[in-house]
Amino acid sequence: MAFKKMINSKKLLAFLAVFMLSGTNLLMAQTVTTDATAKPGVNWLGVGFYILLFLVAAVVIAIIGKILKVYDLSQQIKGKKGIHWNTIMGVICLIFLVVGMYGAYWDITVQGSMTLPEAASKHGVRIDAMFLTTTIITLIVFVITQILLFTFLFRYRHSDKRRAYFLPHNNTIEKVWTIIPAIVLTVLVIFGFFTWQDVENSSDIKGQPASLNIDITGHQFAWELRYPGPDGKLGKKDFRLSAGSNKLGIDFKDINSMDDLQADTLVLPVNKTIRLNIFAQDVIHSVYMPHFRVQQNAVPGLPTFFKFTPTITTEEMRRKVDDPKFEYLLYCNKICGSGHYNMQKVVRVVTQDEYNQWVAKLKPYLTPALRTELKLASADQNKSITQNRLALNN
Amino acid sequence: MSTLAVQDHGVAHHEEGHEHHHDTFLTKYVFSQDHKMIAKQFLITGITMAVIAMLLSILFRIQLAYPDKTFPLLETLLGRFAPEGRLDPEFYLSLVTIHGTIMVFFVLTAGLSGTFSNLLIPLQVGARDMASPFINMLSYWFFLTACVIMLSSFFVQKGPAGPGWTIYPPLSALPQAMKGSGLGMTLWLISMVCFVASSLMGGINYVSTVLNMRTNGMDLWKMPLTIWAFFLTAILGVLSFPVLVAGVVLLIFDRSFGTSFYLSDIVVNGQVMPFEGGSPILFQHLFWFLGHPEVYIVIMPAMGISSEVMSVNSRKPIFGYHAMVYSLIGITVLSFIVWGHHMFITGMNPFLGGVFMITTLIIAVPSAVKTFNWLATLWRGNIRFTPAMLFAVGMVSFFISGGLTGIFLGNAALDINLHDTYFVVAHFHLVMGSAAIFGMLAGVYHWFPKMFGRLMDEKLGYLHFWLTFIGAYLVFFPMHFMGLDGVPRRYYAFTEFASMQRWLSVNMFITWAAIMSACAQVAFLYNFIHSIFWGKEATQNPWQANTLEWTTPVERIHGNWPGEIPSVYRWPYDYSKPGAEEDFIPQTTPLSETMSSNVPHDFEDNPAGLEALSKWSSTQKANEEVK
Ligand code: HEM
Ligand SMILES: [Cu+2]
Ligand SMILES: [Cu+2]
Repeated sequence: MAFKKMINSKKLLAFLAVFMLSGTNLLMAQTVTTDATAKPGVNWLGVGFYILLFLVAAVVIAIIGKILKVYDLSQQIKGKKGIHWNTIMGVICLIFLVVGMYGAYWDITVQGSMTLPEAASKHGVRIDAMFLTTTIITLIVFVITQILLFTFLFRYRHSDKRRAYFLPHNNTIEKVWTIIPAIVLTVLVIFGFFTWQDVENSSDIKGQPASLNIDITGHQFAWELRYPGPDGKLGKKDFRLSAGSNKLGIDFKDINSMDDLQADTLVLPVNKTIRLNIFAQDVIHSVYMPHFRVQQNAVPGLPTFFKFTPTITTEEMRRKVDDPKFEYLLYCNKICGSGHYNMQKVVRVVTQDEYNQWVAKLKPYLTPALRTELKLASADQNKSITQNRLALNN
Repeated sequence: MSTLAVQDHGVAHHEEGHEHHHDTFLTKYVFSQDHKMIAKQFLITGITMAVIAMLLSILFRIQLAYPDKTFPLLETLLGRFAPEGRLDPEFYLSLVTIHGTIMVFFVLTAGLSGTFSNLLIPLQVGARDMASPFINMLSYWFFLTACVIMLSSFFVQKGPAGPGWTIYPPLSALPQAMKGSGLGMTLWLISMVCFVASSLMGGINYVSTVLNMRTNGMDLWKMPLTIWAFFLTAILGVLSFPVLVAGVVLLIFDRSFGTSFYLSDIVVNGQVMPFEGGSPILFQHLFWFLGHPEVYIVIMPAMGISSEVMSVNSRKPIFGYHAMVYSLIGITVLSFIVWGHHMFITGMNPFLGGVFMITTLIIAVPSAVKTFNWLATLWRGNIRFTPAMLFAVGMVSFFISGGLTGIFLGNAALDINLHDTYFVVAHFHLVMGSAAIFGMLAGVYHWFPKMFGRLMDEKLGYLHFWLTFIGAYLVFFPMHFMGLDGVPRRYYAFTEFASMQRWLSVNMFITWAAIMSACAQVAFLYNFIHSIFWGKEATQNPWQANTLEWTTPVERIHGNWPGEIPSVYRWPYDYSKPGAEEDFIPQTTPLSETMSSNVPHDFEDNPAGLEALSKWSSTQKANEEVK
């Protein structure tokens, strides 16, 4: 009887195969016609096809299920045991282990090589070293535990002849596997803690050359940059002053503001310490520069900083990754609204000479137009007079 | 017998009502106060919400896989949310937000704890019902209200809340900032307040039931690990959920009454706002003070269920029962002092970050202990592959894979580059999402007979397990590498970045794996619904388990046990004890009936018993010598 059913279902299967093929044909035809029309309507045929495909799969599964049931019953009638599901599952566990481990290996080698290139900043190198250590430790644990899990499942699958080994506890081994992870984690924590403290330290140590201060301000959905002028200092800001062309709310009463420069690209001199001062105007954004292992949230009302030293120029990195169009990027990494997915700035690391040339061409924030707008002083007035006046006001 | 002495007046009242009690449809199925029915209500609501959240995820996965294709069908289905057949960027964020919220809170908190704490606490500690059946009923109705409000936000003009499930202000506080911060957000907040009310009512009930209503002999160290897990989960919830409410209420104030708790120095669309002196970081502290315990609220019941299921189906005691309990307690305590690891790079004081990093990595130790103990439980077991067992094992596998990436993220220095990337998405979907769902499914397959008196189909269970298990790994494993390439989460499309284009094919693969896993859930839904009505009828103790719930009759009566509540004499894990006749000894079997299998360990704090045992074994020896 089971046999007969199987033949029947084979016919069914053949029929289904034919049906699926013709369905695919139909679908192809459909895509062609929809391409021709200007505004595509709903491709109901395609939708229907997928639904049918699903139903077919369901029917096939139902048939297989029935066959299995009938086979099981017929075995039982013959006085045999039926399908050994425990054995089958045990074997599948083993297969899953082997295939899964290979898959993980494949993924780690193939997709693992698609990840970020080497760190382009001083502290980034340390982070990468720690990443490598952590990866090695966790991979070892991953492989061992998963192998144990699935081989135990196979090895100790059910058998009527055997009884499980009554083992409620074993204090020694439990202590061992409490203490070993504790030690490993302690080591990781200690290294991590000190690295973290160093990386996050954003104040300049006395005696060392001052770092280059750059302001970056996030708003929906772009970044604004502010470079210090010849005085090397950035002026004060106050959000209440944001109006008209003074989008950033720069306080031009502060003399340091007068020569602050605006820029479109974040250009950084190589091997020089940079201190990014990070602001946000509306909602939280996040300055993310993965190639430099830099990330810091931009929070309205809470200025944040990140100090780092780029070590590889864009040119060099292009050679290293073998991509002449490669650019370092800065992008937003904290959900901030509809344009969150496209809030980027190009970052270019250049030599000091190139940097100097570039900086020389930048325009100040205090454009003549802004000057008139703020009624600071008429545009034709001499700059030194303005400065004098401001100095007096101070 | 002193069994009755344990019972309080609530039970007496119940027994009176037993004879002339006529349940109408309304009191039996809708406004039920019976914990088993409430458990089923939670389960079915939870499954419904899970299906909805899963469909939402498929929608946004389609967007990620085909960012520049149009799907006219989407416009037909979603209308203004998918103009021209492409998801609107803001609606994409709303989908992500609601998906996360539903999954974390409605499915894995209420659906999981609500179902199994309600079902199992009275049954496994030997009580006739919860401490307060009425509050228990209210808990469900608040939960359902929360669900309805949350879903209703799909029908408001600007769509549901969109700032992510973590709803960080100012984005969530400023309706000008995004559509999803309008009415949708208000509904989200109201829904969450109802939800927390429900959680608290449930939690208080679970705690007091476990503490006060255990049957005779059921001391704390005789409780199954499921009960320990539900108990500690409830404590965690009771202590941390109120903080979320505080955070939410302040956010409501900021949104609607012009206060500045979280807002300061804001210029939106060129317009200077009057807020001053608030701190967005404050919200994050309040949120994660709940948020981190929340992830353990999600995983601990799954751990408890898996421990129980694995012990029963390996026919072996859980290895290191005490260590399992202490590690649960350790996790409970520690989970209150690690919340800052979600905020390493938010501008929180870096020194504080360092401290949180230390506490965070400490919490990995009890997690590791649990994992090793599960492995040791399988070792030399006699493993029966029921679907429940497979799901429990799958939970362990996911917990390992996802827990290990926690060690990267917990390291503040590494988190600089990993925060908010797909690496985090991979981490928590494995360790929390997949692991907890698998724990929940293990529970559903295992205790289905206790809920519906029938068995689910095993073969379909196998199919469901393998497709889902493989599917989940295919979906989440590749995400690690996207994260390591600096691909951020919550991006509507990766088309704007030349460097991210190469992940498009991976995204496509992930989406198809997700669709396959979603289809596999149909096998479960069919199995679940079909088995409720037409499944094979269950026997009283279908899995040969030791715990008390299997001493109740198959036809789930009000009050659980027809006669007296049985007393408990031993721990719940006497499986395959040498010298015993069968490979399991229920908790209700007195040690005096199993002299041949008793071991000194059974009498750890019972000197009289130990003496009896040594006397018995010496006479036994003498007898043998005589022979
Ligand atoms: C081994 C122990 C674990 C450690 C050390 C750990 C560490 C972390 C850290 C540091 C983060 C923040 C990552 C970031 O946003 O940059 C994180 C995120 C997360 N973890 Fe874990 N974790 C562990 C286990 C767990 C468990 C057991 C769960 C849940 C059951 C869980 C659920 C989550 C969730 C949901 C998030 C993401 C929240 C969000 O940003 O949306 N983790 N984990
Ligand atoms: Cu953003
Ligand atoms: Cu956490």
